[in-house]
Amino acid sequence: MDFQPTQEQDDLRAGVRALLARRFGREALRAAVDRAEAEGGAAGRGAGCGDACRGGPAAGGPGAVDRGLWRELGAAGFFALRLPEADGGVGLGLAEAVLVFEEAGRALLPGPLVATHLAAGCVGGAADGTAVVTAFDLGDRPGGDGGAGAGAGAAPGVLVTHLAEADAVLGTGAAPPAALLSAALPVPSADPLTPLHRVPPPDPGPGPHARLRDEGALLTAALQLGSALRTVELAVRYAGEREQFGRPIGAFQAVQHLCSGMLVRAEVARTAVYAAAVGADAADRAGGAGAAGFGSAAAEIAGAKLLADRAAAANARDCLQVYGGMGFTWEADVHLHLKRAWVRAEQWRTAAAAEEVLAAELLAGARQPGREGASYARGGGL
Amino acid sequence: MDLAETEEEREFRAGLRAWLAKTLPELPPRPSPDDWPGRRAYDLGWQRRLYDAGYAGLHWPVDAGGRGAGPTRHLAFLEETERAGAPYVGANFVGLLHAGPTIAAEGTPAQRARWLPPVLRGEEVWCQGFSEPGAGSDLASLRTRAVRDGDAYTVTGSKVWTSHAEIADWCELLVRTDPDAPRHRGLTWLAMPMDAPGVTVRPLRTLAGSAEFAEVFLDGVRVPVAYRVGAENDGWRVTMTTLSFERGTAFVGEVVACRRTLGALARAARANGRWDDPVLRRRLGRLAAEFAALWRLTQWNVSAAERTGGVPGAGGSVFKLAYSQARQELYDAAAEVLGAEALALEEEWVRERLSSLSYTIAAGTSQIQHTIVAERILGLPKGR
Ligand SMILES: Cc1cc2nc3c(=O)[nH]c(=O)nc-3n(C[C@H](O)[C@H](O)[C@H](O)COP(=O)(O)OP(=O)(O)OC[C@H]3O[C@@H](n4cnc5c(N)ncnc54)[C@H](O)[C@@H]3O)c2cc1C
Repeated sequence: MDFQPTQEQDDLRAGVRALLARRFGREALRAAVDRAEAEGGAAGRGAGCGDACRGGPAAGGPGAVDRGLWRELGAAGFFALRLPEADGGVGLGLAEAVLVFEEAGRALLPGPLVATHLAAGCVGGAADGTAVVTAFDLGDRPGGDGGAGAGAGAAPGVLVTHLAEADAVLGTGAAPPAALLSAALPVPSADPLTPLHRVPPPDPGPGPHARLRDEGALLTAALQLGSALRTVELAVRYAGEREQFGRPIGAFQAVQHLCSGMLVRAEVARTAVYAAAVGADAADRAGGAGAAGFGSAAAEIAGAKLLADRAAAANARDCLQVYGGMGFTWEADVHLHLKRAWVRAEQWRTAAAAEEVLAAELLAGARQPGREGASYARGGGL
Repeated sequence: MDLAETEEEREFRAGLRAWLAKTLPELPPRPSPDDWPGRRAYDLGWQRRLYDAGYAGLHWPVDAGGRGAGPTRHLAFLEETERAGAPYVGANFVGLLHAGPTIAAEGTPAQRARWLPPVLRGEEVWCQGFSEPGAGSDLASLRTRAVRDGDAYTVTGSKVWTSHAEIADWCELLVRTDPDAPRHRGLTWLAMPMDAPGVTVRPLRTLAGSAEFAEVFLDGVRVPVAYRVGAENDGWRVTMTTLSFERGTAFVGEVVACRRTLGALARAARANGRWDDPVLRRRLGRLAAEFAALWRLTQWNVSAAERTGGVPGAGGSVFKLAYSQARQELYDAAAEVLGAEALALEEEWVRERLSSLSYTIAAGTSQIQHTIVAERILGLPKGR
């Protein structure tokens, strides 16, 4: 066992970080937000929600995805990472994929990254980033509940991200985006860089393959992890610079302990995500059985998603608190992390579903009775 | 990143499992929590069996009588013994995990020869006399005085919260030898025989009703200078070696134990119908994720320690913060499973719920751990 990343894995991660720093640094992020705003107010400013709310990126407009960057990511192997080399891929596993996705999450890179990555083997153009592929990945049973969650008066249907800029929708039998779009309504999105459309519920069908859903959940968890780690950095940096009462606010314990709590959440999520990836790769190689440790690969992925969702959303909120009034502004990036974390929490595997998977696994595992635990002073320790 | 076992690890585990399967049924019945002599005999007896089988001091250096195993091997040992339901380290805790490693690192050859073998063989029990009534989190403010008098120190003062003091042969004692030096510079580490004249142990009753720890009064106790480990006034540095052990791997087995408890909780909830409540079910599911992640965090920290060849560092604070909270939540969830039965002390989970209340206090409170993480890992400016 050597759970730490190898040199090659560190190098891979560093390469992606450098690429994103060059191509999608803070200025590019803010420019993308401004563009999305200008295009139709995906951000739904104000409560009045008049015409601006009908926006969303116009069909055929550039949208939130930068096609040039998408192709560059494709050329760097972001989407084809796990395709076999014989099929023009990089031939790596989920262990490497989560490191790469973590970097994308850290940079708040917009677009249906997970769906396109998952489509690399089956949708033309996905592997090399010439196609943008989205999926019905919001909620646990997209289409299954016919938009029951929508507010009163809202059109029935389900939400789907990045539809107007997608070339394909992942999933057996999904209609092409153009067909979906003709019946779709753009919906103002809480996250300025995740445009939403409401579409009629798709044929419930079998839903995405379990395997695909697990992989989607894991890669989404990796995005969440990157964001959670990034907001720790942002909070720590701000706490070291901002002064009140004649000293950096980071010298106040209340602020220090917010920051350390953020790190604890992020580190717990990190090991859960990496272990789930390593376990799923091992299960793949072994043809199904879980890696040494607790439970099945599916349960470990559910746990990783649950903990990473929590880390991303709670860290963004604590970061907002550390920023004070600045944290409530549009100008600071904190809200972008929080809003994206909320989007991702709904994608592929929600907390409720993840907890049910874990509970079922727990009960199944508990069927073989363990030792009856009459041990005195256990954990008394010191 | 790799979680697979090597061939050697597999062999080691197989051998250990076979030994445990043979040995555990031969163990005498566990003594009752109030039977201190019985507990001492039981814990030392277990250590002796480990010694005879070659498993004692696995993680200790070879020249200290240990097996020189790396952190990964030690982790496998803790995992397998806990899974098999082997006895907990119990009264051997300080000897094996605190005083022993300190002596191994800082002691003279004669001191190592005197003190380490009896710990490994299960012959002597150690306790830790650091905390005082006036010095808890702020350990360096301790006031117990040791005055040099020929070839001995005369020690006067009092210690508190000393676990296992009643059955200990030795106490690793932190005393002030230079009251005029800056706080951290005037401390010295001594090994004190618990039967020395002037040592009075007064058991303290914990909120769980048991007497896990004690007050130790020291009234002119003479401790030979030869029992000093490290230089005079260098005790703070000597002690920090010990504390970093404490925050590293000390809770490994317990994570495995928690996972087992969680499984038992699920079974109990299924049996009494509460499993049908999705709120409770989901709560248990969430805890399953927490403990699985804590186990992975342990493996992560151990792999990091293996690479640096060193002692686990401040990462242990991250672990302890997450673990102590999860452990308390675990027993709160147990109470929800039990319902009104959670008021009956005969339930083991209820007693465990009470003990778990100490987790955010002992071995460095959660507030202190947060400050360590903020200042030492995150590099935030120092408070105050
Ligand atoms: C079950 C158990 C077994 C123990 N066994 C041993 C043993 O064998 N040997 C031994 O030497 N000790 C032992 N201890 C003592 C333990 O190490 C101390 O209790 C612990 O370090 C806290 O010290 P204190 O109790 O004096 O609390 P205090 O230090 O008085 O703390 C009280 C409260 O104030 C907070 N606080 C204190 N300082 C700060 C600060 N700077 N910033 C923010 N908050 C602060 C604490 O977090 C806590 O909430 C044991 C304790 C327990 C509970």
